Amino acid sequence: MNLHLKVWRQKSAQSEGRLADYEARNIPEDCSFLEMLDLVNEDLLSKGEEPIAFDHDCREGICGMCSLTINGIPHGPSETTTCQLYMRKFKDGQTIYIEPFRVGAFPLLRDLAVNRSAFDRIQQAGGFVSAHVGAAPDGNAILVPKTQADRAMEAAACIGCGACAAACPNASAMLFVGAKVTHLGSLPQGQPERDRRVLAMVRQMDAEGFGNCSNYLECEAVCPAEIPNSVIGQLNRDYASALVKDTL
Amino acid sequence: MSLTLDSNIPSGPLAGKWEKHKFESKLINPANRRKFEIIVVGTGLAGAAAAATLGELGYKVKAFCFQDSPRRAHSIAAQGGINAAKNYQNDGDSVHRLFYDTIKGGDFRAREANVHRLAEVSVSIIDHCVALGVPFAREYGGLLDNRSFGGAQVSRTFYARGQTGQQLLLGAYSALNRQIAAGSVEMHSRTEMLDLVLIDGHAKGIVTRDLVTGEIKSWAADCVIMATGGYGNVFYLSTNAKGSNVTATYRAHRRGAAFANPCYTQIHPTCIPVAGDHQSKLTLMSESLRNDGRVWVPKKKGDSRPSSQIPEDERDYYLERKYPSFGNLAPRDISSRSAKEVCDEGRGVGPGGLGVYLDFADSIKRLGEDKIRERYGNLFDIYHQITGENAYQMPMRIFPAVHYTMGGLWVDYNLMSNVPGLFVLGEANFSDHGANRLGASALMQGLADGYFVIPYTIGNYLAPAIGKRPSTDHPAFKQTESEVRAQLQRFLSIKGRRSVESFHRELGLLMWDQCGMARSERSLTKALKRIPALREEFWQDAKILGDNESLNTSLEQAGRVADFLEFGELMCLDALARNESCGGHFREEFQTPDGEAQRNDNDYAHVAAWEYQGYGQAPKRHIEPLTYEEVKLATRSYK
Repeated sequence: MNLHLKVWRQKSAQSEGRLADYEARNIPEDCSFLEMLDLVNEDLLSKGEEPIAFDHDCREGICGMCSLTINGIPHGPSETTTCQLYMRKFKDGQTIYIEPFRVGAFPLLRDLAVNRSAFDRIQQAGGFVSAHVGAAPDGNAILVPKTQADRAMEAAACIGCGACAAACPNASAMLFVGAKVTHLGSLPQGQPERDRRVLAMVRQMDAEGFGNCSNYLECEAVCPAEIPNSVIGQLNRDYASALVKDTL
Repeated sequence: MSLTLDSNIPSGPLAGKWEKHKFESKLINPANRRKFEIIVVGTGLAGAAAAATLGELGYKVKAFCFQDSPRRAHSIAAQGGINAAKNYQNDGDSVHRLFYDTIKGGDFRAREANVHRLAEVSVSIIDHCVALGVPFAREYGGLLDNRSFGGAQVSRTFYARGQTGQQLLLGAYSALNRQIAAGSVEMHSRTEMLDLVLIDGHAKGIVTRDLVTGEIKSWAADCVIMATGGYGNVFYLSTNAKGSNVTATYRAHRRGAAFANPCYTQIHPTCIPVAGDHQSKLTLMSESLRNDGRVWVPKKKGDSRPSSQIPEDERDYYLERKYPSFGNLAPRDISSRSAKEVCDEGRGVGPGGLGVYLDFADSIKRLGEDKIRERYGNLFDIYHQITGENAYQMPMRIFPAVHYTMGGLWVDYNLMSNVPGLFVLGEANFSDHGANRLGASALMQGLADGYFVIPYTIGNYLAPAIGKRPSTDHPAFKQTESEVRAQLQRFLSIKGRRSVESFHRELGLLMWDQCGMARSERSLTKALKRIPALREEFWQDAKILGDNESLNTSLEQAGRVADFLEFGELMCLDALARNESCGGHFREEFQTPDGEAQRNDNDYAHVAAWEYQGYGQAPKRHIEPLTYEEVKLATRSYK
């Protein structure tokens, strides 16, 4: 298939960006979206143009490193991540807009690659249980009802790709933060630090410049890990409860 | 400097070695730990666990990864689970049984003492991960659930859906984050280690490149830990992440670290086959599918009819034919090699003829589609997503793919390489899996090394080395930095015509054909002739655009591919020198009449560790004999 691409090119955060036009020719429909970009890059290289920079690593939908806003949608029309999007989802002759994740808290590095270290800093603020190596009781000493374990696992499946914030008109990261708060908050091990955690993570989320949730739920629609929006409700409840206790 | 391979295995009975060694290992008091700086390269299970644990102990740690976040490391993609000798199922498991299964699974080519320690600490790993909040699967009563896995007759595998690696890595990442917040670990993402710095023969630092700005920088430390994963991407196509590479370990090898058993690679039989020349990586399909699927190819060469039009009597169910007792459940290496054989005969199916059918029609007829959906629904979905084919209506196409590498830098019992001060953890070292790794054992080893081994053994090196950390002003740093810069400049000045990617693909195909599932003297000699020529072509004709001072993915890739082009040769040399078949290393000349691997314990019950002798020079082969105190060497039998 042949495709007309409009790709965001920007040498660095300081330089000006623009949408460049490229023709992607003879693309097999069994190609993944990133493999299509590989082919385009080979073509650019042969013409003496620098390849398009984009983030990717595992190419099996789990590491969360790939991004891209495709025709306005983070991860495009895929059920999971961009790396698991296949070209048969597109039509021959179609025009495809490829842009980076556009979030103020994710500064652009080059072309389609952005800096998502804000997410790491939110996790560093409190996304953990303070367990010392060697001090743990036997694994079965902490009983966790299956429903709670399943709820924790559902939230823990977040891959940290940032699509939620990129899809949100407010650039809110509440699905991401809610996922960690719900994961650890659903388990007995996470209880001692539950209040501290939610306050610290929300404080960091605000400091990074992410917006708040106003229930567009675009985040849930694009989430490749199917994190449910109920984690945002959980985040709000935990935050309110912790805030009250904190002020008392 | 002559190379010595002293394994430093403690004396005494096998089961007491680790306890004894822990007691005899040197301690460093908490106030002094602050005086030591430790570099950790790589933040997968082994690296993140090590960095977090050492930070928690009070050492000053600097951690590095080339990805944009430590959470991306490829440990995250492990699906199945993690083994531990908990015996929660009361089915006869024990530390000794896990030890024995692992030694046997490795085809008697692993070090007894290391494997026993691995089995011992496996139980603590589960406890610690639970404490960290890893959401392992649970039973209704709240107890941890287990499943069984290949190579074992007990249920000892702990899991979190099909995402165990993800959850364990995120657990280690959270522990790492706690230390970053506490100020004990300094994290450097998008920073690639490009060389190891030796001072008076000791590893005392690294030189890195900032992948965004191109800045080349020196980092000094009291010791260096590398946990940089395996080298499966030497084959270009593998189940590894695109970024996985051999650069860190190979460059340490060039500085003097011995590379052990590089020919040991694991090839997994059930992956989605290559769809075309554009393909960039391979995706694993759980091996469990072989419980209900029948493997076949057409009897006739080049039969291009759709599967539905090939009548029953023109199909060759080759596994059932060749291995009537095991049939479709023949062991991994046998299944992989058989698939290659039929494809080599021109009977493969799908694009390029590199695939075999895994057919569920009989099971669907027998059990109903609903039952199959219940068992494997998610796998059928993934298959559909990638291939666009509905495996309920037509057979799946599968093909073997490179998955894991058992070889790695040589380490002693303390996980220290032959270069003092250089420690190597996880898949990057060679120590625990012998010639073949069992399922659910990679996660166990990575976390064992990081959480429970290195924190004890590192003291033996550090304690006497207090106050000996050099500064980055030392000439060795300046020298290494200038070598790194010169190499980057050399890449940019080739200005050839061929892309780095195309060299990588060509090398990968060559390695796959000549040093893949089956090797022979002939094929290896052929590869050893072609690789140096290809390398020369690379240095003459590679096309790398842009500059060093910005995010330049072609430049990053050039360094990694240049190293693979040297490393591939080392792999072939190792495969050629090992005149036996064992585990993942199958030499066609050494097989039993029924096609099983034929080991040669008299001549090859040893670790082969290679010493670098200079660019283009033949490396030197050293051996560490493997002595078995507890286990009797036996022929692995799957019948």
